[in-house]
Amino acid sequence: MGEDLNIQEDPAEAAAAEKRLLRLPGFGNIRGRGADSELVPQARLSGPMPWVIAIMVALTVIAAATGLALRNIALAAAADLSGGVSVQVLDSGEGRDRQVNATLKALQGAPGVASVNLVSAQEVNNLLAPWLGGAQEQGVNAADVVPVPALIDVKTHGPADEAQLEKLRKLLARVAPAARVDAQSHWLSPVFGAIDSLQWLAAAMVGLLGVAMTAAVLLATRSALGQHRETIAIVHMMGGTDSQIARIFQRAIGLDAFAGAALGLAVAVAAVLVLGRRFAGLGAGLIAGGALGWLDWALMVLIPLAAVVLAVVTARVTVLSALRRML
Amino acid sequence: MTQMDGEIARFDKVGLRYGNEREVLSDVGFTLFAGRFYFLTGASGAGKSSLLRMLYLAQRPSRGMISLFGTDAITLPRERLPGFRRRIGVVFQDVRLVPHLSAYDNVALPLRIAGLPEKEIAGSVTDMLEWVGLEGRMHARPASLSGGEQQRVGIARAVIGRPELLVADEPTGNVDADMAVKLLRLFEALNRLGTTVVVATHDMHLLQKVPDSLIMRLDRGKMSDPTGALRYPPRKTGGQAAARFPDLRDG
Repeated sequence: MGEDLNIQEDPAEAAAAEKRLLRLPGFGNIRGRGADSELVPQARLSGPMPWVIAIMVALTVIAAATGLALRNIALAAAADLSGGVSVQVLDSGEGRDRQVNATLKALQGAPGVASVNLVSAQEVNNLLAPWLGGAQEQGVNAADVVPVPALIDVKTHGPADEAQLEKLRKLLARVAPAARVDAQSHWLSPVFGAIDSLQWLAAAMVGLLGVAMTAAVLLATRSALGQHRETIAIVHMMGGTDSQIARIFQRAIGLDAFAGAALGLAVAVAAVLVLGRRFAGLGAGLIAGGALGWLDWALMVLIPLAAVVLAVVTARVTVLSALRRML
Repeated sequence: MTQMDGEIARFDKVGLRYGNEREVLSDVGFTLFAGRFYFLTGASGAGKSSLLRMLYLAQRPSRGMISLFGTDAITLPRERLPGFRRRIGVVFQDVRLVPHLSAYDNVALPLRIAGLPEKEIAGSVTDMLEWVGLEGRMHARPASLSGGEQQRVGIARAVIGRPELLVADEPTGNVDADMAVKLLRLFEALNRLGTTVVVATHDMHLLQKVPDSLIMRLDRGKMSDPTGALRYPPRKTGGQAAARFPDLRDG
């Protein structure tokens, strides 16, 4: 090999070379923290990591949005129904009107009752229309076809709990024996139960997706560690600390996670907005209560941020625990 | 162990075995003094690389005591190892440059790890690459450098942090005779600045090229002292024998 080396046999030249060496700042006092980011090649958006995180974040945000919407539906419905009581006068005979009037009179002055409204025959017909087919169009009254109770809608000042219901039952037992008193929330308790289950399902999905993302980051970090084992060994031999090496991987994973999380959030927000519009178009009262508030949106934006933090922490813990096994 | 004046490293009854195999090093004992130039010789498989690995803290011994810079290296907590490693420059037998970094970045690596600001690193690295005759190849990746050029980048990387101890494992193994002598001159120049140099080689011709050097010999895992220099190290003449470095921060 014919490389020309700048080492001179001439003593004067050798002395000059030594003087140059002495001037090097590296030969002085070493301190502080270094720029070490390029030790591991940064391959953002080229590997599977950002895409995996994007998918995880998108699914997590959609699951969270579903859970929050269901919670809003449940809260709105519960607020509507909390003080609602339905009184049905079941007697279809001649005494029915008398019992209805006596019920109305008794309830209007009863303690804890805020309002009393008799549900009109037209409203009852409308409620029963889906079950009676075209009877209504033909001018048939529902009450003439099937035995329909008289319905009285009662609002109480406080929640319609069992004690309140018991008082009303006792009150009506004397004046209207055919009256049946129920809290309106009782009718919807299976619905609330289903909503509750769906909320737990959404929460479980958020949790499972978090676990899956942690596992994905762990595998990616281990793979990167294996890939860069030689570089890590060299950095170790030169006095690199575990924290310095961990920082390199944290930064690489953090940037990947940030890119993926931003993409995932954008996709999820678009999906939630489209779904929101579709459901709003239904015009159904129960679903209308599921609209997401600004606090819900803020919570959803926190998910990708949490994903980035989770990825960085996972990468750090993985790298440090692997490095501790080295000398 | 009692530390002797100017002592930089000491091995005492050091043994090393890998797994359940027989010991590759047995009862190895020697002392390295600051500012001296040592050759470690021995046939291939004698245990030279294993000994050097313990010297640059890449390997703990199976038994015995190792003292480095006056500190027991065996019981040294893991967190303190980086500080000690920064005081040691290593030239690896297989060079071990970071493949995706340029020659410049490979040489800058120890300074970046040590936390020097980039503006200080730039001048330092450029001067060092010039010193080893690679100023025209500073942006080349290791794959595009010849074996000799890679070795010089490895040496520049090992010495740029001005180590107190330079450990070179067969640094001339991949280069021709002329280049080997030139590389030795680099080590000598560094040694004249006060760095203790340990060069492992099986090339006996190299030993004659550094007249002031001390020779350690490993034979099947046992240390021998052919010149008696390890048992009775001669005092080095002139100011360079001192274990101290000039105050370089004053330029």
